[in-house]
Formats: sequence, C-alpha cells, structure tokens
Amino acid sequence: MEEQTSAILEKYPRGHRDCLIPVLQDLQEQFGYISETSVVEVGRYLDLPSGKIYGLASFYNQFRFEPLGRFHIRLCHGTSCHVSDATSIFNELKKRLEISPGQTTRDGMFSLELVACMGACHLAPLIEVNGNYHTGLEPGDIKEIIDSYIEGED
Amino acid sequence: MTSKTHIPAEKEYLVSNVLLNESVELPLEVEKVLKFVRRDKVKYPVIYVGTGSCGLISGAAETLAEAIRYLEERDIKAEVVETGCMGYCSMEPVVDIQLPGRTRVSFRNVTAGILPFVLDGMFNSMIPEEYVLGQYHDPSLELWKGIPLIGELPFFSIQHKNLMKNWGRISPLSIEEYISTGGYRSYVKAIRSYTHEEVCDIVEKSGLQGRGGGGFLTGKKWKVSHSVIADQRYLLCNANESDPGGYANRAMIESDPHRLIEGVAIGAYAVGTSKAYIYINNDYRTAITRLENAIEQAREYGLLGHNVFGSGFNIDIIIRKGPGAFVCGEETAMISSIEGKRGMPRPKPPYPAVSGLFGKPTVVNNVETLSNIPAIFENGPGWFGSIGTPEAKGTKMLVLSGKVVNHGIIEVPMGTRVRDIIYTAGEGITGNKGFKAVQLGGPSGGFLAAGNIDIPYDFKSLADEGVYMGSGGIVVLDEECCIIDTVKYFMDFIQKESCGKCIPCREGTRRMLEVYENITRRPVDENGHTTLERFKGVMQLENLAGVIKDTSLCGLGQKAPNPVMSSLRYFRNDYEEHIFDRKCSAGVCKELRLFYIDVDKCTGCTVCAPKCPVNAIIGTKHHPFFIVEQKCTGCGICYDVCKFSAISVK
Repeated sequence: MEEQTSAILEKYPRGHRDCLIPVLQDLQEQFGYISETSVVEVGRYLDLPSGKIYGLASFYNQFRFEPLGRFHIRLCHGTSCHVSDATSIFNELKKRLEISPGQTTRDGMFSLELVACMGACHLAPLIEVNGNYHTGLEPGDIKEIIDSYIEGED
Repeated sequence: MTSKTHIPAEKEYLVSNVLLNESVELPLEVEKVLKFVRRDKVKYPVIYVGTGSCGLISGAAETLAEAIRYLEERDIKAEVVETGCMGYCSMEPVVDIQLPGRTRVSFRNVTAGILPFVLDGMFNSMIPEEYVLGQYHDPSLELWKGIPLIGELPFFSIQHKNLMKNWGRISPLSIEEYISTGGYRSYVKAIRSYTHEEVCDIVEKSGLQGRGGGGFLTGKKWKVSHSVIADQRYLLCNANESDPGGYANRAMIESDPHRLIEGVAIGAYAVGTSKAYIYINNDYRTAITRLENAIEQAREYGLLGHNVFGSGFNIDIIIRKGPGAFVCGEETAMISSIEGKRGMPRPKPPYPAVSGLFGKPTVVNNVETLSNIPAIFENGPGWFGSIGTPEAKGTKMLVLSGKVVNHGIIEVPMGTRVRDIIYTAGEGITGNKGFKAVQLGGPSGGFLAAGNIDIPYDFKSLADEGVYMGSGGIVVLDEECCIIDTVKYFMDFIQKESCGKCIPCREGTRRMLEVYENITRRPVDENGHTTLERFKGVMQLENLAGVIKDTSLCGLGQKAPNPVMSSLRYFRNDYEEHIFDRKCSAGVCKELRLFYIDVDKCTGCTVCAPKCPVNAIIGTKHHPFFIVEQKCTGCGICYDVCKFSAISVK
C-alpha cells in the first residue's frame, strides 16, 4: 500500500496545495477510500497538516473514509427519482443493509452511496451495483437484488 | 469492422484543406471527402449505437457488443459507430442503421436481445416497424416509405437544434468527424484574423447571455477582464452541474466534446489567457473520458498547445475533477476548490474577473455558454440574434423529466411556451393523470402551476413568476406528487449542500426544513395549540425566506428559498390541507396517511395484523379486522400485503 501511495505522490512533483484534491482522488481511485495513513503520507508530501487535509476531504461528498464493500451500491436521488419514490428504495436499502450512505456493512459486502443524478430519469428510480444497473425499482425488489449478489458471492 | 478503420481523410489533409482554408465555401473535392467523413454517403452499411450516459444505463454497451458480434458471426462488411445521445432518453438504447443509398433510420429501445431482429429485418429490406423511431431527411438519398421523419416527431417538432446538431449523428470520439461538420474552423479563423477585442465584440453583438442562470452578457464579461492588467489570467469552464435532475452539460460533453473545447479555446483567446480549466464533476466518468480523449486529439492536431498554427496564441486546457459539492457550481467556490481548499464561496467584490483563481483575473463560463460560441462565429452574430426573443437570444437546452411521456434533453428557442415543452415535446402526463405542477431549474428554481404554464421560457418571464432558470431542469409533477414533499426534498438537499460559511444559509435552510418536517409529521396529539404552532411555522417561513434571500453570501443561499416562495405563491391550498386537515391528498406524506379496512372485502385472513409494526390492526380470524386510528403510523405495510385490496387510504 505504501509503495502504491508513493507512486501516486510521485506523479505530482513539487506539488502545492492545488494538487491536494487530485492526489486524494487518485488515492481513492486506487484504494476505494482515504485511509488515515494516506492522509498522513499526503500531509508529509505536500507539507500540510493532516487536520487540513481531513477538513478538506470531509467537505466533499465523494470522499470516503471507509473501505468500499465488495458490492458498491449507488442510489440515484435526483428530483425525478424522488417523485418516483426513490425515498422508499433508500429506506429499504438502509433497512436491509443496516448502513447509512458512506458506510460499509460489517461483513464488508455492501457499501452505499447517494448520487445527485445519474442522468437516466426515464428509468427512475434506479441503483447501480458495481457497474450493473437495476432500473424502475419498487421497494419490494431490493431484497431480491441484495440476495442475488450475496448468492453470487457464495 | 469498427469505427477505427474509418479514416477517409488524414490529419494533414484536414488541417491544410479544411482548417487553414479561410474561404467560406470549401472546394468541391474537399466537400466530397468531408461527406464521406460525416457519412452523408456510405459504401457499407453503418450501425450507429447511441452511448450517452442514458443509453449506457439502458444497456447500450451490450447492444454495441452484440452489433459487433452479429457482424462477425455472419461475416457482413459493415461499420459500427459509437455516437452520443440524440436527446430522446426514453427511447434509449437508440440504434441508427444506414444502408448505402438510403436514408438513416433510427430504432428505439434496441437492447442486445432485440438488435439481431432489427438487423435481420434491415438487411432483408423488411423494416421491423415496431421499433422504428424515424428517419433523417437527406434530399440526396432515397427515403424509406412509411417511416416518419425524425424532425416531424412531436418530441423534435418544437426543437431548434444548434448546440445539439451533432448529438447522435457523429462519433464524439473522433475529431475528424467534428471537423467535417465545420468544427474548429471558426476557432482557427478567430485566432488568425481577429484581435481579442474583435472576438469579444462579435460575442457581445450576438447577445449571448450566460447560460448558468445569471443571464449576463458573455461578451461584456470577457471585456471586463481586459480592464485589469495582469501577467496571467484564467478561463474557467463550469461543468460541475451536480444538479438533481439536470444533466444537459454532462450530455453535451458526452455527445459533442469538441464543440465545448472549441468554445473554451475561442473564449481563452478572447480573454487573452493561455490556461483554461474545465471543472467537471468527478462522477461524470464517461464525460471525463471523452473530454480527455478530445483534448488529446485537439493537441495532436495542433489546435491546442504552443503557438497554434503560427498565430502566436498559446493555449492549454486542464481538466479538474470536482469531488462532488453542489456549491462548487458557484464561481468563487469553484475557484477555492481548484486552489485545493474547501469549496466555499467568498464575498464579492472583488469579482473573479478582477481577482479570481490564484488571485489572477478569471472569467467563469458555463458549458452551454461556451458551446454556443463556435456556431456564433460560423453563422455570424446576426444569425444568433434571430433565434429566440429580442430580450433572450439563442436556444436553451432543457432536461425534461418527471411524470411526462417523453423524457430527454431538448433544445428550444428562448421564449418557447412552457406548455408546448410539456405537452408537445413531452407529449403530456404519463398514464392520463392530471397535471399538478412543473418544477423548473432544480433546487434554486421554483414551481409553476397549471394556470401559469403558458408563459414563455426566458430569463425575464420566469423571473416575473418567481422562478429561476438555473440549469434548465424541467420536472413535471402529476396529481400523485405532493408539492410539500417535493419542497421538503429540495430543502433537505440545499441544507446538506450548504457549505456552512454564512449563517443565513446554514441555519436558515435547516430551520426551513424543520418547518416542513413539522407539517408532514403526525402530531403526538391534537390537543393544545399544535395546529396553530404549525401554522405559525409557515407564517415564519415567508419571513425566513426573505432574510435568507437578502443576507446569504452566495447564489446558492440567495436562491435557496425559491422553491419555498413559489410553492407558497401557487399551492397555498396544499399547505393548508397539510396543516389543518392533516391530510396529504396525493398520499405521498406517509405520516399523514390513514388506512382503513373495508369490512365487505376483508376476509379475516390475518396476513396484515402480524406485519403491523405498531400492532394497530386487531380482530378475530375469519372476521373483518379493523385499524386503530390512534396507533396507526401510516407506514402502509398492511396496504402492500393485503391480497384482497381491502385496505385503502383515507
């Protein structure tokens, strides 16, 4: 992990503060989340206190501080999805997985993320699981979808 | 055979004969070559698959793979091309097929399973009519009989394709195809024959207003930055969007990235900078890949880089990926984000045009604004002014969604009636339900009621109705949608996205959300003055909205009360119904629903009683059950599980 981190940091020679977001994005791309160690590493490299980096990262919606689940669920919650009752889908997901957005289940199977708009309003409400889309959902479909991923893993 | 083999014209040829040729009309033999590049004429059948985000989610990637597999299996000589989105999202995946000598035909909802059937039909001259969308008009080609023209379909009939003219037609992955439609010629002409001021003048004369919502004259904005003396300036292109229900900018980049790059390059020349940034939401993966690819191609062609075509103009375009914050669509917040800080706005003045990114003069323009620039130079400022209304010129891209039949991205002249957008392009409400409202402009926008949808869609008419144009999202609500719930959703969104810098926005939006939560919550008891208290909350709402509007630091905060104000203006009855009757007639606000059991229909099967989380259903087996109103929380589980439809909402 340390080697990969330094490989990413080396892409930004003589980096200043304006590299901070791209560096964190690269780290998240590589590891799926931003770990404590990478925050410290980045701080050392860019000469910034860890608190500043954490303060920046926690401001933005897309940075995660927990590892991704094996199945990363992204729920679209745009206006069109909302009027098609995406809230019920969201509640059902929360209930079944027992996590909130940004979190990962204890067994590391699922993680959840809310997205402002995926740009497929005609298929609302919809979720994306590791690049597969499930569209036109009803709350009753969620159990089946989650089960199918659990079974696929077994 | 895939699109990679399709190179009828080489780079050197296009550069010397097309880009550097300054005559308006190109020589006939060059036009002939371009015709093949554009695929106006084809030697082999061509299969086009629309691969915008909406298409990919609908399964276009599988359709694309299936098309290649189909051709290989049968050893058919044909070409498969990835195009952008044609805008008609509810018809995705859209596949076009063009046979030599015949016009191009579009098919709708062609998933991988259906594609072989469609191709079988086309290759045997038997058009599978159930999947036909329409055909493109081309006088030099033979039309198919009995197939409507694309332009005559209701969805396209009110549209004026200017920005979207290449969408779904050419490949967004190929610079050659963009050049063949006249692309980059305006840019090369601008940097070789016009001064910075002349470029600004032309854009100002065209009357192009910023499409981010502000409506400020773009040419004027560029000129202002000239008034400051600086060693470095920047042009920023705002592609953050992140608006729930608005994705026109994303689709623009996915379907025609070179148009944006050309616009950015001309803009950079006009403000006299060598560095332009495109700030794009990191979630827009397809768009980012296509943009990176397009910038790379433009560099190879020498359109970007050092001393472009010997004009002495240097330009570099840098992509910055925004890590997801709605507030970063505000120009000063975006500047902070690029500088590597929390995306918080700063007080203005100083305006970014004077002191912006890294303290240097910075011009911020929206994707749609910059994408308009190439066509203004191609057709002249007068042409642009002839579209739309005298006050609002040109066209506007809109995202039509919600409870309408046709979903998608449309481009209409400014001043088109909102009714026409919903009832002609959208073909009305789904399922023949009643129209309730239309929400325009996302979280900073507002609502229009049935009586107001005859107004023209332009900056001023909308502002008169208390609605802000915003990103151009149009979400139609039917009678089964609740206005209060929708406003609550926006308040929740704004409250979460508020950066927290200024108090009116941070605390005010939170309080507004609380008022909405209160009026949609089931009261513990109806004694005392709870109704009065709730009403007081709504009375305060107007006050609070006024304060937030007047005192917030940035546009996000100032426009946050818009959904509240416009809903109070047009839907007061809905508020009163929620407050006094404790009822949501749309049945959306769950806590206000009351369920009852129809004694004639209930068989006493006992399915519902154990499912009730609060044990509010009681009764004896084989006899009708009933619901204790005081206990019921309105969750609706009993309603979902009842097999005899004996449970209804009061």
